Amino acid sequence: MDFSIAAILAQDGITSGAIYALLALALVLVFSVTRVIFIPQGEFVAFGALTAAALQSNKFPQSASLTLALGGLVFLQQLVATLRNTELRRNAKRSLPLAALKFVLLPLILYGVCLKYSADSLPPALQVLLTLAIVVPMGPLVYRLAFEPLLEASVLVLLIVSVAVHFVLIGLGLLMFGTEGARTDPLSDAHFDVGPLSISAQNVLVIVVALALIAALYLYFEHSLSGKALRATASNRLGARLVGIGAAPAGRLAFTLAATLGALCGILIAPLTTMYYDSGFLIGLKGFVGAILGGLGSYPLAAAGALLVGLLESYSSFWASAFKEVIVFTMIIPVLLWRSLRSPHLDDEDPQ
Amino acid sequence: MNKRLVTFIPILVALPLLPTPEFWITLANYIGLYAIVALGLVLLTGIGGLTSFGQAAFVGLGAYSTAWLGTQFGVSPWLGLLAGLALTAATALFLGAITMRLSGHYLPLGTIAWGLSLFYLFGNLDFLGKYDGLNGIAPINLFGINLDNGRSMYFLIWLAVMLAVLAVQNLLNSRTGRAIRALKGGTLMAEAMGVNTTAIKILIFVIAALLACISGWLYAHLLRAVNPTPFGLGVGIEYLFMAVIGGSAYVWGALLGSALLTLLKDQLQTLLPLLLGNTGNFDVIVFGVLMILLLQRAPEGLWPFLRQRFARNSAVRVPASAQPLARRMQAASGIIALEVDQASKTFGGLTAVKDMSFTVKAGEIVGLIGPNGAGKSTMFNLISGVLPVTSGHIRLHHHGTLQRIDQLPARKIVKCGIGRSFQHVRLLPAMSVLENVAIGAHLRGRHGNLIGIAASILRLNRQEEQNLLFEAGRQLQRVGLGAVLEQEAGSLALGQQRIMEIARALCCDPSLLLLDEPAAGLRYQEKQALADLLHTLKGEGVSILLVEHDMDFVTTLADRMVVMEFGSKIAEGTPDEVQTNPLVLEAYLGSIEDEGVTA
Repeated sequence: MDFSIAAILAQDGITSGAIYALLALALVLVFSVTRVIFIPQGEFVAFGALTAAALQSNKFPQSASLTLALGGLVFLQQLVATLRNTELRRNAKRSLPLAALKFVLLPLILYGVCLKYSADSLPPALQVLLTLAIVVPMGPLVYRLAFEPLLEASVLVLLIVSVAVHFVLIGLGLLMFGTEGARTDPLSDAHFDVGPLSISAQNVLVIVVALALIAALYLYFEHSLSGKALRATASNRLGARLVGIGAAPAGRLAFTLAATLGALCGILIAPLTTMYYDSGFLIGLKGFVGAILGGLGSYPLAAAGALLVGLLESYSSFWASAFKEVIVFTMIIPVLLWRSLRSPHLDDEDPQ
Repeated sequence: MNKRLVTFIPILVALPLLPTPEFWITLANYIGLYAIVALGLVLLTGIGGLTSFGQAAFVGLGAYSTAWLGTQFGVSPWLGLLAGLALTAATALFLGAITMRLSGHYLPLGTIAWGLSLFYLFGNLDFLGKYDGLNGIAPINLFGINLDNGRSMYFLIWLAVMLAVLAVQNLLNSRTGRAIRALKGGTLMAEAMGVNTTAIKILIFVIAALLACISGWLYAHLLRAVNPTPFGLGVGIEYLFMAVIGGSAYVWGALLGSALLTLLKDQLQTLLPLLLGNTGNFDVIVFGVLMILLLQRAPEGLWPFLRQRFARNSAVRVPASAQPLARRMQAASGIIALEVDQASKTFGGLTAVKDMSFTVKAGEIVGLIGPNGAGKSTMFNLISGVLPVTSGHIRLHHHGTLQRIDQLPARKIVKCGIGRSFQHVRLLPAMSVLENVAIGAHLRGRHGNLIGIAASILRLNRQEEQNLLFEAGRQLQRVGLGAVLEQEAGSLALGQQRIMEIARALCCDPSLLLLDEPAAGLRYQEKQALADLLHTLKGEGVSILLVEHDMDFVTTLADRMVVMEFGSKIAEGTPDEVQTNPLVLEAYLGSIEDEGVTA
């Protein structure tokens, strides 16, 4: 391996590391707020990429139907809950029309827009916006359907549900997008030559957007009320509830952010690699390995871990390409070993 | 013999002997193979509370071991089985040792990771045939009969299922089994009863892996070919679904779950494409939705609903007679049983216990009192080894001398003779009172660890079980809970649960009993009975240290009292001396001068 190959590998590694870092941040966020280990995070990446690809090739994005269906199910869920609960029934006049607007009408409008305009060549910015409008609502909708009824469940039950959601979304992904892969055109074909190096503009774009998103997340958590509410829920759910921050709204918000990050990642990598309906899973899991390297608790450590995963993957694909997945996923084991040596005491967790 | 098993066996044996369609036999074979893996998950997840998504990888280890040895070197399948078991045990031991000490969610995440990496490893290694796998595996030869078709393999598979069910049931109904079940109540209580929870976790992880390996071995010789696909992560997740759908806390749930999922999958794969006109893995969608709904509505799985229709499991009973367990020699009255010497505990900047020194003599009842937050429970945790001391020494009279115990973990301290109850009751609500108390006698079993486990699986532990249960029953009679032995512990009133904890602590055969607010929640008569019991124990030479807020109770009972405030000892003496001590009065009532400060 000479310098130029090493530099190209580094460039690739940093680019995919940036993607994994965004996913790792989303996973840490979701885990700390809701205690859900969010395996389906990668599905949002795949859905984002494939929706963008469909829009670019002037096809109707089937994922809009999924948003519509999920919205309808959530409306039904609300309807049943309202009918069953006298407390909720009292507010039904106000709450049900609002729910109908949010969960039925808006997705319908979105669906209509897709039907009408997807055949036209939309400008790239609008394609990105439409992709986000389709994929992002899936986050909170999935949360409402699968996780909200289990607010008090243990981490393990939530994890099993999370895996089940992953199964469902993978199955739906195949249904919506078929087995064919898709790749979008890069936003820019430009290459910069820095000495012997050639740096592609798309790689730079990915890294810049990732850094911008990380900065935005930082500002959001530090300086906005809802960001602080999320942090409060993450550090103490009961305490947050006592000062009026409900666990369920915080959970929905966390899932919205996670879906946003996932969809953006999808849009960013779609020009770099061919995406299939199930490609998201491995990408999400690598984000996970990064988050675990950081102990599932710290944002900067998770981002650093994800960067490391990206680099490791890139270099191992050069040295031993068949074994790159083995290497990346086995890396978790020495990390766990190190963590277990560092925490020698019994965890006296309460049985509740 | 198990009644359910007896009714089940004739149906099982009849199935392949009748002219059953070949397809049914194939389904039954798969159900059996899956059930063996799911059974391991019941032990691991449903009962032990640890989750693994990676069991399919262990199935793969079992299958590939025998396939590789058989096709490359012509090794007999039986040696292949042994090699597979050895490889799996070693892998599981290694993985278990590094992940079991971590809190809940790292294990399942770790299993996902190595489940994936083993899958890619199988698919990329040249000598394992890459993604094509290995073909031409020889059939198993059993007593000269070649098991070379599905119908003949059926017997071997279901024999393995039945043996596995029996083994797991026997294990669960033993001393080790109670320790496994105690894991779900948190590690604190189990460790305080002398259970090495890390070792137990690794044990069930290895057993579950070995069961998966056996299933893989059978699979390889049933299909006579292996490739990586059935050992991937997706299949590993399906095994977990099977256990959860059937009822992950029930041995029979594993069979129910694997039967349901296999049949459902078969139906869905033919039905759904007909309905939806498209090929895709719809069954995955249906399974996922089913799983989510089930966990939201019936997290216990389906077996409990079915069980209500059959007779309930017969409760574990106290044997009419048994050999009494060996008892510890109690120290002669008046000798120092416990010596706390300048013990301190700080949490970061907060000093919870500061330079505490006091002693408890053999056959003495000492009351440890003080206002809320004085550090009494922390002091208890230091003595019982739940927390390490920051500085100072704690010594216990053991084997005739005072020995330091402040460096020992909780489970070693109970071995030296300290039994304890908890301020917040820690019991297993779904387990019977008798079995809960028998956990206390964990260290008094005869068998060593591995031999004990083997003996329980083979049901050679009858005598030991009788002795332990007899002891538990005796202690329960003694504390006045003889009438509720077979009830679920969770159904007792809180006061009774506290008393039950005393019986459990007595099963440890303690020379020193640490009781944290034993009288809380008791009625007047129950308190009298408790006082009588503690007097009797004192007469037997047991020392008692108790934290108690009920002043009447503790002053009439205790020989001496130690008073704590802000982590330090402020007074010590007979109840009368302490009650008239101005420092104590100030601590409890606040002095007139600085009322605002101490209140």
